[in-house]
Amino acid sequence: MSLLQVQGLAVHYGGIRAVKGIDLSVQEGEVVCLIGANGAGKTTSLRALAGLLPSAAGSIHYAGTDITALPVHQRARLGLALVPEGRGVFPRLTVEENLRMGAYWRNDRPGIATDLERVYELFPRLRERHAQRGGTLSGGEQQMLSLARALMSRPRLLLLDEPSMGLAPLAVRKIFDTIRLIAEQGMTLLLVEQNARLALETSHRGYVLEGGRIVHRDTAAALLASPKVREAYLGA
Amino acid sequence: MDVLLQQLLNGLILGSLYAMVALGYTMVYGILELINFAHGEIVMLGAMVAVSLLTLLVGAGVPVPLALFLALGAAVAVCMLTGILVERVAYRPLRNAPRLAPLITAIGVSIVLQNLAMIFWGRQYLSFPPVQEVQVYDWMGATVTNVQLIIVGVAALTMGGLLLLVNRTRLGRAMRATAQNREVAGLMGVDVNRVIAVTFAVGSALAAVAGLLIAAYYGIAHYNMGFTLGLKAFSAAVLGGIGNIPGALLGGLLLGVIESLGAGYIGDLTGGFLGSHYQDIFAFFVLILVLVFRPSGLLGERVGERA
Repeated sequence: MSLLQVQGLAVHYGGIRAVKGIDLSVQEGEVVCLIGANGAGKTTSLRALAGLLPSAAGSIHYAGTDITALPVHQRARLGLALVPEGRGVFPRLTVEENLRMGAYWRNDRPGIATDLERVYELFPRLRERHAQRGGTLSGGEQQMLSLARALMSRPRLLLLDEPSMGLAPLAVRKIFDTIRLIAEQGMTLLLVEQNARLALETSHRGYVLEGGRIVHRDTAAALLASPKVREAYLGA
Repeated sequence: MDVLLQQLLNGLILGSLYAMVALGYTMVYGILELINFAHGEIVMLGAMVAVSLLTLLVGAGVPVPLALFLALGAAVAVCMLTGILVERVAYRPLRNAPRLAPLITAIGVSIVLQNLAMIFWGRQYLSFPPVQEVQVYDWMGATVTNVQLIIVGVAALTMGGLLLLVNRTRLGRAMRATAQNREVAGLMGVDVNRVIAVTFAVGSALAAVAGLLIAAYYGIAHYNMGFTLGLKAFSAAVLGGIGNIPGALLGGLLLGVIESLGAGYIGDLTGGFLGSHYQDIFAFFVLILVLVFRPSGLLGERVGERA
C-alpha cells in the first residue's frame, strides 16, 4: 500500500482554482517529483498535503489514515514533514534552537540528542554555526538548516518545496547531493522543483503539472526521454 | 542630590510595575502583531479581585500571609481565564481580518471589561487593607519603605520567571518560534492556537500580579485604573521596541524614571506653572518622540533581521 495516496485533490488559493483534481501516490522508500511551469500548482499541492491550505475536494490518505481534514500540526506529528519554499528558518532563534524546533513534538530526549549529532555530521557547517541566529546564515546554509530541521522530526515522508530556489549553482549541487544521500538511506521523498532536469535526475518517478492538472506521469527515465517533456521543460 | 536620588528610586519602583504590564503588551504583539488594548483592564481586574478578596479575608480573621496568597491566586486565576476568553471570543475569529478590525475590537473589549467591573464593584475606590506595617528606611538622604522593597522584589522575581520561561523552556521556544513564523511553527508540530492561548494566559498572570502590586503601591484600586495605566505600559513597550521582551523591561524602567524625574522637576522647569500632578504627560510625550524619531524603539529589531 502507498504511504501517500491522493485522490481528486482540488485546492483553491487566493480565489483561484489552483489545483483542479489531481491523483498521485508515493510508495515507501520512493523519490517522486512534481514538475511544471510557474503557477502550475506544484507548491499549492504540496502546501495542501502538509495542511497549510485546506482541500476544496478530494482526499489525502497517509500511512493508511485519512488526513484530509487534519490540522497542520497533527500531520507533522504523524511524520509528514514539509521543507517550505523560501526555507522558513526562524530568523531570531539560533541554529540549534531551530533544529530543536524540528523535534518539538518528540519526547525522547536521548533520541533527539542522537539525531542532533547526526544532522551535525551531515551538515558540519551547521555545527560551526550552532549558536548563530538563523537569520544571519547565507541562503544555502538556511536551506541546509531547513532540511536538517525537518530531519530532526524523524519524518516518514519528506515534502521538499523548491530546494534550489534562489541558490548559487554550487549551493544547489550541495543541497541535491545531500537530498540524494538522504534518499539512498531510505527516506521517502516528494519533491517539487522548478529545475525539472535536476528533479528528474534525483527521482524514481515524476508527475508533470500543467494548469492545476497532471498531464504526464511516468518513471523519471521515461520523462527525461520523452520528446514532449524535453521540449516543454528541459529546454531541448 | 537627595531629590534626584529619591526620584530615581521612586522611578525604578514605579518602572518595575510598568515593565510587568508592558510585558503583556509586547508578548501579544510579538505573536499576533495585535495591540491588545484590553490588557490594562486585565491589570485592573487583577487589582480589584485581589483587593476585595484580601479585604474580605483579613476582615474574617484569616492570617495575612495566607490571605495575600489566596487573593493573589484568585486574581491570577480570574485574569488568566479572562485573557484566554478574550482571545478565544474576540481575537481568534479575526485572526485573518485586516489589522484594524482586531484593534478596534480590543478597544471594545476594554470598554466592556471596564463597565463590567463598574457594575460589579461600583464606582467607589477600594482601599488596600493595611496588612503590613510600613517601615521607612533612610538611604543616602532618600527614603524607601519596606512595602516598596517587597513590591520591587516580587516584580523582579515574576519577571525573572517569565524570562526563564521564554528563553529556557520548550514552551518558550515554541512561543518565540510562533512569533517569528506562525506557519512554520505549525509545520514543526506546534499547536499554534494553543501557544497563542498560553501567551495570553501568561501575560494575564503577569497582569494579575502587577495589579496586586500597583494596588499596594497606591493603596487603592478602582474600575477605571486600567485605562491610563494601560496606555503608559503600552508607551513603555513602544519605547523599548514593541514585540521585544528585554525592550519591555527596559522601556518600563525608563518610563518610570522619566515620569518620576519629570514630576520632581516640572515645577522648577516651568517656574511653578505646572505641578507634579502633570506627571502623566511625560509618558505620552515620550511615546510621541519615540514614534517620530525611532518607531522601532530602543531595542527594536531592525527590519533586515526579519528574514
